[in-house]
Amino acid sequence: MRRAEIITAALLGLMSVYFMWKSGEPPAWNPDAPRFQNIWIVLDEGPGSGFWPFWLSLVMLGCCVWIAVNWYRRQSPPSQSEEPFLDSFGIRQLLLVGGGLFGFLVLIHILGFYGAIFVFLLYYIRLLGRHSIKSTLAISSAVPVIGFFFFDVAMRIILPKGYLEPLFIPLYDIFL
Amino acid sequence: MSIGKRFVSGALGAALFAAAALSGTAHAFEPVKPIDFIIMAGKGGGADKMARLMQSIVEKENLASRPLVPVNKPGGSGAEALVAMKNASDPDHTIMVTLNSFFTTPLRQPGLEVDIMAFAPVGRMAEDTFLLWVHKDTGITSFEQFLDEAKSRGRGWVMGGTGKNSEDNIITDYLNANYGLEIKYVPYKGGGEVAKQLAGQQITSSVNNPSEALGFYEAGTVVPLVAFTNERLPLFPDVPTLNEVGGDFAYFMQRSVVGAPGMSDAALAYYTSLFEKAYNTADWQKYKTDKSLMGDFMAGADLKAYWQTQRDRHQNILKASGAIN
Amino acid sequence: MDILFALLDGFWVALQPVNLGLAIIGVVVGLFVGAMPGLGSVNGVAILLPFTFVIQQITGSATSPMIFLAAIYYGAMYGGAISSITLGVPGASTAVATTFDGRPMALNGQADRALVTAAIASFVGGTVSNVLFTLFAPPLASVALQFGDPEIFALMLLAFATFIGLGGDDIPKTLFSICFGLVLATVGFDIVSGEPRLIFFDITGFTHGIRFLVLAIGVYGIGEMIWTINETRYRESMTAVNFTPSRLMAATRRFADAWKGTLIGSFLGFFVGILPAAGATPGSLMAYGVTKMVSRNPRSFGKGNVDGVAAPEAANNSASTGAMLPMMTLGIPGSPTTAVLLAGMVIWGLQPGPLLFTEQPDFVWPLIGSFYISNVVAVLVNLAFIPVFLWMLRMPFTILAPLIFVLSLVGTYAAYQNMFDVWLMVLFGLGAFFLRLLDYPLAPAVLAIVLGPIAEPKLRQSLLFSDGDFSIFLTRPIAGPITVIAIILILLPLFAKIRRMIRERRTEQV
Repeated sequence: MRRAEIITAALLGLMSVYFMWKSGEPPAWNPDAPRFQNIWIVLDEGPGSGFWPFWLSLVMLGCCVWIAVNWYRRQSPPSQSEEPFLDSFGIRQLLLVGGGLFGFLVLIHILGFYGAIFVFLLYYIRLLGRHSIKSTLAISSAVPVIGFFFFDVAMRIILPKGYLEPLFIPLYDIFL
Repeated sequence: MSIGKRFVSGALGAALFAAAALSGTAHAFEPVKPIDFIIMAGKGGGADKMARLMQSIVEKENLASRPLVPVNKPGGSGAEALVAMKNASDPDHTIMVTLNSFFTTPLRQPGLEVDIMAFAPVGRMAEDTFLLWVHKDTGITSFEQFLDEAKSRGRGWVMGGTGKNSEDNIITDYLNANYGLEIKYVPYKGGGEVAKQLAGQQITSSVNNPSEALGFYEAGTVVPLVAFTNERLPLFPDVPTLNEVGGDFAYFMQRSVVGAPGMSDAALAYYTSLFEKAYNTADWQKYKTDKSLMGDFMAGADLKAYWQTQRDRHQNILKASGAIN
Repeated sequence: MDILFALLDGFWVALQPVNLGLAIIGVVVGLFVGAMPGLGSVNGVAILLPFTFVIQQITGSATSPMIFLAAIYYGAMYGGAISSITLGVPGASTAVATTFDGRPMALNGQADRALVTAAIASFVGGTVSNVLFTLFAPPLASVALQFGDPEIFALMLLAFATFIGLGGDDIPKTLFSICFGLVLATVGFDIVSGEPRLIFFDITGFTHGIRFLVLAIGVYGIGEMIWTINETRYRESMTAVNFTPSRLMAATRRFADAWKGTLIGSFLGFFVGILPAAGATPGSLMAYGVTKMVSRNPRSFGKGNVDGVAAPEAANNSASTGAMLPMMTLGIPGSPTTAVLLAGMVIWGLQPGPLLFTEQPDFVWPLIGSFYISNVVAVLVNLAFIPVFLWMLRMPFTILAPLIFVLSLVGTYAAYQNMFDVWLMVLFGLGAFFLRLLDYPLAPAVLAIVLGPIAEPKLRQSLLFSDGDFSIFLTRPIAGPITVIAIILILLPLFAKIRRMIRERRTEQV
């Protein structure tokens, strides 16, 4: 936990510096303009586009330093804790759940939302939840069907279908 | 389990249907799935209202066999919408409602690599007009008085608008450059908010579309001084055009529907006839009169030629104001 | 008296069977749309707009479609609380503050009480603002016009001030969270300079900015969920609730405990709601903050305080009526939803604006009457559906968790129709999980991303007016006092801390 605290603070500090650097970027149509000329009052335009993000990112950087000082003086609870950041259960779950979510996202691009939902629920309820095959199948096929009628038909929000698109054309014929 | 079975048999049928549908597209085009109707602006803005009106008309008159599904892509002053159009996976089912950022955004953000001339010219539905408005308490009733007052106040005269380099900013720059004024331009989130700022006298003048200022105009809170059109507007017969008071400038906002680059000719013909029908409905015509919109329906090569002239014009305007190199 | 008769007349029209039926259908639709994470009233209203033409053709008046849309609006406001409480994922931006205490209440086995409190507080909030609306619409409209840029900015400052105490005890982490939200809010397109900015790694997806729901659903739907899995190890995470009618009745009777939050929410929500550009979300956040500040027991907030559920719920309903005021009297929408309603009114041939009340009384009064009726319908329908929503909590966590993940992903997509936002949401969620483990409070970031897009342009517009002179916030008659109060509120906890430190030093020396 103690090590995680300082590593996180360092990463967030790095991110703040990147935000500051990015805030001062010259406009797209005029890349030759000097960087950071937009972080204070611009003539006739009031505060420039980088004003707000730049100074707030600086405060963020300051906070990271402050967190580091607290870490060094062992003042915040995580910097006193000797427990591991994530125990073996935590790491396992993070990989299974987080990995599952990434798989879900990738599948959306291939099978579309409804196909991906089916596979994700199958994976989660059966493999992680260890429920019976019957209830797993019932839930994971009911959700996409209800979803189709709620989103595509009732709400007219057309969710991506990926490569399964041709399967839906007759459904559009009937319901839309 | 019956759900699963139906799913399988549906899928089988679907595959057959799909094969038939694909072979059928060669001649008369009919959309086979809901049509993505991209809006270059956020929910509730002028462009959005107009797009939703078009969608409603198409729905009400049953003009299309598949629904138009409005999708707002307001990012980057239209950049997000233009890129989405350029990368559309199915150009035959992707159309967009545009405004003048269609011309200016690709000029201001060359990194997008969007060529507007590659878009399919479906149809121009209207041209929106602009007027110069002041609050009635200023006592100003004519353009000359406006010039005197604005000149004497210098940078104390504030024009509200909808964003740097947007349509109203272009008009403000024109006034500043040609009449020796130093009007300060303050951008707001939308035309409606600008109208409210003027009614509350937070700003001293605005360049609003009639649709945005109409409510306050009818209540007598705001006064139109001059129209940036070629002829007087039927809704404001007493308001002179800028040409009449000695200027030489007319400026419109296009309201066109465009198809994604790569749209087939058959699909383009289908959408053109769809929107021509929508244009000729009583609802659209009434809306045009009520909101003092101009411009006839225009499509195909004519519309492309119109884009070319507009693009060149905006390039000159933006160059002159230093917004692009 | 004229108002009373006009209103009674309006009630009569709104109670016609057709209109009453439309109100009931609208409320039920709105309830489900609002309960769906990612979808809020704006989606419900925008999607059903074309359908209202059919209604108009059948009934022949502009009143019926408007009543239908208003009922959806109300239903969605009630529905937002449902997923905030039962799933811990805010149903809409307006219901974020409801998760702060609603979710802990559900975890303590008090989900029924939280849902009942939310429903009744919403009803009170809606009714209070309806009365205010009926009596004071035209004068309040002119007050709203007095709020220029410096005033709105001062108000946002005040909103932040009420939130100082929201984070944990760790000051740098809370401050980091606030600033992080504020910086994320600036990503995308800057209207003042007309430039895209902070387009990280030049990815086009950032040009539309980082939307509030992307962060909120990521933090609550993904981050909080994985954190719960890690903490509880899949053991029963929520105490199952037995929903017997008598329990619901008991919860209803105990509603009086939340009177303070309801009252603050009802009035504050209305006044924030009528200001153009503010809307219901800042209204509910401020109501939560103020209720916590004046509470005798501020430490219990965030751990399941009923006032913490009642205040934002009363406020968001109150504000949604309030937001109708500038829309109808000025033609200026106070929120995206009212913007769509405005579009509807224009399409039906009405011209909202200062003259609407005098020129279209036969439209305005039935509509206001229908606000009252919809509100009654909404609370009844909502109470009737509570057992259905409680049933969801009885699902095993290994089924509920994946369903929440699915809802989070689908909801994010449905809100913005953009896959980039879905990816970003999941990334935020995983980041939020790690930060949560290290005691970073994330609620301040979620609030900041709501208030940031309002505060930043207002600050810059004000400074543009004053040519960079910051005193504009102190010298204007309305902005001045608000700014001073906000600064005092921000400094108070700091003074208290310094005083405590000095006292401790003294005692040490002694």
